[in-house]
Amino acid sequence: MTRRILSLLPALLCLAGCQRETQVEKANREGILIFGNSNEPKGLDPQIVTGVLESNILRALFEGLVSDHPSDDAAIVPGGAETLEPDATATVWTAKLRPNAKWSDGAPVTAHDYNFSYERILTPEFGAKYAEMLYFLKGADRFNKDLRGEILFIVNTDPLLPAELAARINFHGDSKVDLTPLGEAPSWDNLANDEHRALWVRSKGLDPLSKEQLGWVAQKPLEHFTWPAEVTVDTAKHVLTRMAEVHGTSLWSMAKVGVEVVDDLTLRLTLRGPTPYFPQVLKHYTWNPVPRHVVLQHGTMTQKGNPWSKLGKIVSNGPYQLKSWRRTDHLEVERNPHYWGADKVTLNGVRFLPISNSYTEARMFRDGQIHTTYTAPPEIVDLMLKENPSVLRQEPYVGTVFIRCNTTRKPLDDVRVRRALSLSFNQQEICDKILRGYKPAFGMTPPMAGYDTPHAISYNPEEARKLLADAGYPGGKGFPRLKYLIASRETAATVAQAIQAMWRKELGIEVEIENKEWTAYLAAMQDLDYDLAGSGWIGDFLDPLTFLEMWSDGNGNNLTGWTHPKYEELLKQSHQEADPARRYVILRDAETILTSEAPVVLVAWYARNYLLDPSVENWHPLLLDNHPYDVLRLRTK
Amino acid sequence: MARIILSRLFQGLLTLFVLVTITFFLVRLMPGSPYTDEKALPAHILEKLKAYVGLDKPLPVQYLTYLKNLIFEQDLGILLKKEGVTVSEIISQSFPVSALLGVLSIGIALIVGIPAGIIAAVKKNGPLDYACLAAAMTGICLPSFVIGPLLAVFAGLGLKSLNVAGWNSPADWIMPALTLGMVNAAYLARLTRGGMLDVLNQDYIRTAKAKGVPGWRIVTRHALRGGLIPAVAYVGPAFAGMISGSFVIETIFQVPGMGQHFVNATTDREYFLIQGLVLFYGFLIVGANLLSDLAQIALNPRLRAAA
Repeated sequence: MTRRILSLLPALLCLAGCQRETQVEKANREGILIFGNSNEPKGLDPQIVTGVLESNILRALFEGLVSDHPSDDAAIVPGGAETLEPDATATVWTAKLRPNAKWSDGAPVTAHDYNFSYERILTPEFGAKYAEMLYFLKGADRFNKDLRGEILFIVNTDPLLPAELAARINFHGDSKVDLTPLGEAPSWDNLANDEHRALWVRSKGLDPLSKEQLGWVAQKPLEHFTWPAEVTVDTAKHVLTRMAEVHGTSLWSMAKVGVEVVDDLTLRLTLRGPTPYFPQVLKHYTWNPVPRHVVLQHGTMTQKGNPWSKLGKIVSNGPYQLKSWRRTDHLEVERNPHYWGADKVTLNGVRFLPISNSYTEARMFRDGQIHTTYTAPPEIVDLMLKENPSVLRQEPYVGTVFIRCNTTRKPLDDVRVRRALSLSFNQQEICDKILRGYKPAFGMTPPMAGYDTPHAISYNPEEARKLLADAGYPGGKGFPRLKYLIASRETAATVAQAIQAMWRKELGIEVEIENKEWTAYLAAMQDLDYDLAGSGWIGDFLDPLTFLEMWSDGNGNNLTGWTHPKYEELLKQSHQEADPARRYVILRDAETILTSEAPVVLVAWYARNYLLDPSVENWHPLLLDNHPYDVLRLRTK
Repeated sequence: MARIILSRLFQGLLTLFVLVTITFFLVRLMPGSPYTDEKALPAHILEKLKAYVGLDKPLPVQYLTYLKNLIFEQDLGILLKKEGVTVSEIISQSFPVSALLGVLSIGIALIVGIPAGIIAAVKKNGPLDYACLAAAMTGICLPSFVIGPLLAVFAGLGLKSLNVAGWNSPADWIMPALTLGMVNAAYLARLTRGGMLDVLNQDYIRTAKAKGVPGWRIVTRHALRGGLIPAVAYVGPAFAGMISGSFVIETIFQVPGMGQHFVNATTDREYFLIQGLVLFYGFLIVGANLLSDLAQIALNPRLRAAA
């Protein structure tokens, strides 16, 4: 058999030789964009996935309340909603949905779909990784965090328990409770005695307890748990009974999350505070609706692995619907005939190719196999500058490259040391020589949306040496050998080596580069098991908050151990400020604190280097890189 | 004969069991977890996700559950980062591609490698021998991540009829199969040459020569059978390796095969996928070894007697 196939090879070569036009030329004729998309998508459920490459596909399939503009990130294009009106304080937003918006199976898109989707992504059992994106909604965080006590007794009033008293009950747990007597990895089933159980319950709080555990506390409520002094046995028993009653049920309606279906085509969203930039947030795919009728047809709302988003089952409301999907080979979308704006869609479809090797991708581009690449590594940038500069795109992208400092470790707990590190290397040189097209970063937030990033640091080795001397390390003497953690990806190693050399030259200090595989690198960073860690961040939406909120206390992306009371306060203030200009002033103040405290050493602001075939028309540089596909045109020869 | 097969099968099962066990515990020793993501997950969500797939249970319980599902329900488990996808789905989608590529490549390796080895052995120390040896050495020393891109740039970009990457038409099979095949052809050529030289120095060959058997007949009828034994021993496991995919070839030529899953599953900490792939690969290796043993017995009368 093998031999027979092999004997066919010359014939196959000839056959292939007859095919004169490239794949791009053929696709141009068919009106299909071939899109290098770096990797296989993790899925197509907008409420489960979290990545950029998934969002590239979801943008074709789904439409949220507002849509992306082809040439202006800040512009708001009506999408699933014809109008979206805020109240005077920008806290309550009313969306009037399009009466002619339809799912790709012809069913109408209603306010119930949106409501269902928001309940779904926020339901704690569902475990959506990106649920935090919806915390803008009033009450969303307590529902998603499953703060059952707060929902039962504070959000809803209880005749037997004043809200003021309930607020002092230990519902969320107490991290100060010392669990060492319980031994290693304690679990409820292997606790030795009631004393241990009481410790356990106090440390966990009442919220996460099972029915059985609540029952155990109710046996001797005052002995088994610590209550505020005014709580009597009866009140305690009442609290425990109430919590046991609702155990295992969803508290969605009791949590009073700010989503309200006014009628089939009217949706009212109440936010946690004034949010004038809310339409920008709404562009994020986590706010896209999913088809309630289809999700429920294939399983329950929050069922893990509900197959509704698989090929042959998925129904979407955007300009396109899923046509074919072969894992690690391609995924193709075609026109959605039921899309309300179908006659304005100029592109027939998009074929996404999961090309993980950026050099293969560049070769495929040069061979006429794809219209656009996901990226272009520095060598390819050089080559294309020489060979065909017109196809090379170098555009700003809202992202920042920085180095996290572990501020819980010496000597990085000293702000002077962190500032010295920040001021002592030449960002411009790194951008010119390594990170092609990137810009030196003088703040955390890259330029966007009319926000004026405060200029709190600049290259100044003189000042850096002085700061280091003040911190007790004149000329770098006695400075410990810090480890600089990086992930073995892309240009991280080259950047690290350049910075290492500049620090050696300017400050006389020595850092050791520690290269870890991606997941090990993330794990080390999340366990605060590092000194310095090369990192980056891409904005989720077009507002400085997406770059500033991550540094607040307890945020899952802080990972530096840095907190600052004034910074927290300013962020909180900004959540309550309705006037956009005044809000930017508050955020600027916050950012100035962040940059001067330097829990992160800023390196550069991102740019996106990629290749684009000249036949693609109506494709413009975008800060968030969310190009709408429906307006693209492909020029045929 | 039957005894050999049975004992080999038993050994194979034992090997697979050990393999499954070691893999199970090793993957869980890696730093991080399937839920380690760029954006750190809130603790309460992490708990729910782990509880859903049973990763919150103690390790021995997880292990027994895995074995139980594996043995009684032939269930290899699910993917943890790609919700709703099963391990069997990944294997059944990617294995046919890798198998096709593997068969083509082993074909190229056999057609090129074995004749080259025979010629080299027959023309020992002659210019042809040196040419073959040099070519084989180059093939062994140049890794596929050098040959592959070179081929793609010169043949793929040069010839309009060849795509530099992709897996859409039979023409797309040529470059990946050549790249993967040539490296193995080089090994096979060296092994065949060595085996043939051993045999050609034996007494019975001299006897055949003395009796006036023509040279080509000595090679094909008398020497080849014995001379191929080292190559056959190599081909079995190599074939199993080739049909289970190659990460390098797949990323260079954009082939939707199985090799990339080995690497990506490890970086993604896809516990069940790694376990499933390792088990599947182990299964192929055990099978290929068994076949290669049987082939050796068929080729070597001394082994047959021992059986």
